[in-house]
Amino acid sequence: MSTSPVDLQHDPHGHGDDGHGHDDPHHQHHFTTMEQQFDTSKIGMWLFLATEVLLFGGLFVGFGMMQARFPEQFKEAHEHLQRPLGALNTVVLLISSWTMVMGVLSARTNQRKKLVIYLLITILCACIFLGVKYFEYSHKYEEGLLPGHYYSHHGDKIPTVNGANGYATFFSFYFMMTGLHGIHILVGIVLLAWIAVRGNRGEFNSSYYTPVDLVGLYWHLVDLIWIYLFPLYYLIS
Amino acid sequence: MAQALTHSDPHIGDRPRPAKNYLNATTGIWSWMTTVDHKRIGVMYLVAVTSAFFVGGMFALLVRLTLLTPSHKLFGKVLIDADTYNRLFTLHGAIMVFLFIIPSVPGSLANFVLPLMLGAKDVAFPRLNLASFYLWCTGAVLAVTSMIFGAVDTGWTFYTPYSTTTQNAVGLMTMAVFILGFSSIFTGLNFIATVHKLRAPGMGWFDMPLFVWGTYATAIIQVLATPVLGITMVLLALERVFNIGIFDPKIGGDPVLFQHFFWFYSHPAVYIMILPGMAIISEIIPTFSRKTIFGYKAIAYSSVALALLGFLVWGHHMFVAGQSELATVVFSALTFLVAIPSGVKLFNWLATMYKGNISLETPMLYAISFILLFAIGGLTGIFLGALSTDIHLTDTYFVVAHFHYVMMGGTVIAFIGGVHYWWPKITGRMYSEKWGRVGCSLVFIGFNMTFLTQFFLGSKGMPRRYYNYLEQYQPLHAFSTFGSWVLGMGLFITAAYLFASLRKPMDAPDNPWGGTTMEWLTSSPPIEHNFEEQPVLEHEPYDYRPKVKKHA
Amino acid sequence: MSEHTQNPKAEAAVYLKTLIALLVLTAITVGASYIHFGSGAANVVVALTIATIKATLVALFFMHLLHDKPVNAIIAAAGFIFLGLFLMFTLLDFDTRDNLQPFNMHPQVTTPTPAPTAPEHR
Repeated sequence: MSTSPVDLQHDPHGHGDDGHGHDDPHHQHHFTTMEQQFDTSKIGMWLFLATEVLLFGGLFVGFGMMQARFPEQFKEAHEHLQRPLGALNTVVLLISSWTMVMGVLSARTNQRKKLVIYLLITILCACIFLGVKYFEYSHKYEEGLLPGHYYSHHGDKIPTVNGANGYATFFSFYFMMTGLHGIHILVGIVLLAWIAVRGNRGEFNSSYYTPVDLVGLYWHLVDLIWIYLFPLYYLIS
Repeated sequence: MAQALTHSDPHIGDRPRPAKNYLNATTGIWSWMTTVDHKRIGVMYLVAVTSAFFVGGMFALLVRLTLLTPSHKLFGKVLIDADTYNRLFTLHGAIMVFLFIIPSVPGSLANFVLPLMLGAKDVAFPRLNLASFYLWCTGAVLAVTSMIFGAVDTGWTFYTPYSTTTQNAVGLMTMAVFILGFSSIFTGLNFIATVHKLRAPGMGWFDMPLFVWGTYATAIIQVLATPVLGITMVLLALERVFNIGIFDPKIGGDPVLFQHFFWFYSHPAVYIMILPGMAIISEIIPTFSRKTIFGYKAIAYSSVALALLGFLVWGHHMFVAGQSELATVVFSALTFLVAIPSGVKLFNWLATMYKGNISLETPMLYAISFILLFAIGGLTGIFLGALSTDIHLTDTYFVVAHFHYVMMGGTVIAFIGGVHYWWPKITGRMYSEKWGRVGCSLVFIGFNMTFLTQFFLGSKGMPRRYYNYLEQYQPLHAFSTFGSWVLGMGLFITAAYLFASLRKPMDAPDNPWGGTTMEWLTSSPPIEHNFEEQPVLEHEPYDYRPKVKKHA
Repeated sequence: MSEHTQNPKAEAAVYLKTLIALLVLTAITVGASYIHFGSGAANVVVALTIATIKATLVALFFMHLLHDKPVNAIIAAAGFIFLGLFLMFTLLDFDTRDNLQPFNMHPQVTTPTPAPTAPEHR
């Protein structure tokens, strides 16, 4: 490793001779090279994604435990979820993941127009996803399939015993998990729009595309969570 | 060699004090509120957590005051009724755990010292660092608000179904805890990235100071465990608002499930509390023994082992809660296993001191206190991990004494020791050594008076969190309360002389203790960008051999 | 940057192939949900296995873990492993809770005292 000293007092940004273009306006002063900065950002983003896995994971664990407690009610409640809509949403998100990674590739290869187009399609897919979700939610609302004490659906096979309504618990989890996931989609749309605006301004190129890459990683996690949500809610019966 | 910055640099002790340091480089409150300098953020955290400690401590003193007599009468009147008492011990616990002890060392001392120890200019994500601090502030505001709007009386553990059905400010407090959780997560995230990517040239993983290893292990727990606390708070809040039916047995939920969720975080959390404390001790002992640390790799590995094994024992908080017998036995066995890495460290510190050139300055007095008090606390944890004894000791004062020995006798003592150790570096001043010894003695005596007594109270059957108690426990309760006054006085004196030292001129040397880690290479206090030249590692950690060769 | 693109066309091809694989797997998992594999648990296992394969493809190719520095993959794995530990140990409790009575409890059996016989007349 290089031991050539960098005189920090006169060169507080510590650029020295890093060979990667020390005029980059995005170069933060505490990193010696842009590569070090990029690698560090990636580690940071992956650490954040790990926390998201554990955050959502807690809900998966809770769902699993409640499923074990109310197996018949959960089985019956599953039937209210429309499989084709869930499958459509899965396909939409997978395509959006593909457009996202193609966007990152475009940024990395200096193709500004393609980057913006891919990002816009990703946003479009996200909006379709939310639209389908809205349709599903309104259907649940009409049927009274609501969380907790708002549950008012009639015609369930197993009666509520001692206040324990497994159907209400199922839909509590349904709304919590798809709701939290939906919030993450919304945040994703905002981030994608921000990246698209910056990309359109020409801020990203082969030597600096970190924000695109990081938003991409976030977006793929949102897709990953849905990859598990979909079978658990729509395909198990 | 070129002007690389190292301990063997012959000019290292003669440099003139720089006119501008991190404290006066920029002025005005706005420069502090928008700072991204890890040192300034560390100082702000130090002020913040110390304030939280003061508030939590006040509540503790009031709890002990209530328990002075079984009639609770003070000056002829009952000043604190049972409902208030429940709120007092709950708030004492919640504030101490979430607002003080978890953020204390990582936010203040590690924030300040870790980049310096790595020879770096800052942490990996300076703006995230500031965000962590502001999240702490937000959590603090919410916690205080919850106190105004009815406060919480569930115990800091928020056990269901009481916490899901009671009509007080649980919602506000769970929001506070959720936000404080993210403050902790971001701090941990920052430190992991910093340790991986911002080490000085020549510094491999096994050249890092052990304080960095301890902070790194802590950060792993912060990142992996805290999100589960977050989702637990969300589920608790939603159970209260929507009756989703997960924790409340009246609507089909399982209250033990809440305990699984809660303790999956809260047990690793106690390792978030103790690992930084141990990390500080690993720095102080070699410096004040003028001897290299015994078993560097063992201590480094045991830090990570403690972090990982700490995730496997949470059920030992639930032995009598209704957990299955098989799970109980498995958790008990794993609890015995997790004691081993702590033991490794204790023996290595003692081996470091053996035949060392020991000097008993205040930081060393605190370090030695730590070893004794943590040994007691850790060993009593084993009594609680054994099922047959736990049946009798659980939910008694024995548990209260155990965790105060490890958390206060451990982490707080180490924290205070670390504050003294790095005080000259942070403030540029030396505190009064005489008053340091006075403070440490009073804290040590007062602490043992307060909490050793509680082991006896517990083994004689006094339950924890009880407002009322039988006459026969009164002498021990009274003695414990007197101890709390001595402890309080010791802590107050400590704060007073530390504060008083700030009025002295800035004349602390760069390296008052002769430490070998990189933070002692820079001035006291450091300049804004930490180092004038990039420090380069030239020796093993804790190398106390003389640097200048004698000519024959 | 560490990821200087040598051959963008080849990379784009990899991404497209991954997408196709993901879509095919989605079709398979939807189809499999209509088949009854014996017990309900078997259906769950099949569905979650396919989901894990899809997740792995997304992680390795879309999220670049295959060609990235190993530390990122370790972090990703750690998230899932610790979640698994949480699930496993909680299930250990829940699945072994059948004994409501202690093992050494002897249920009290009271033999009914025989009805008093009519006193014998002497």
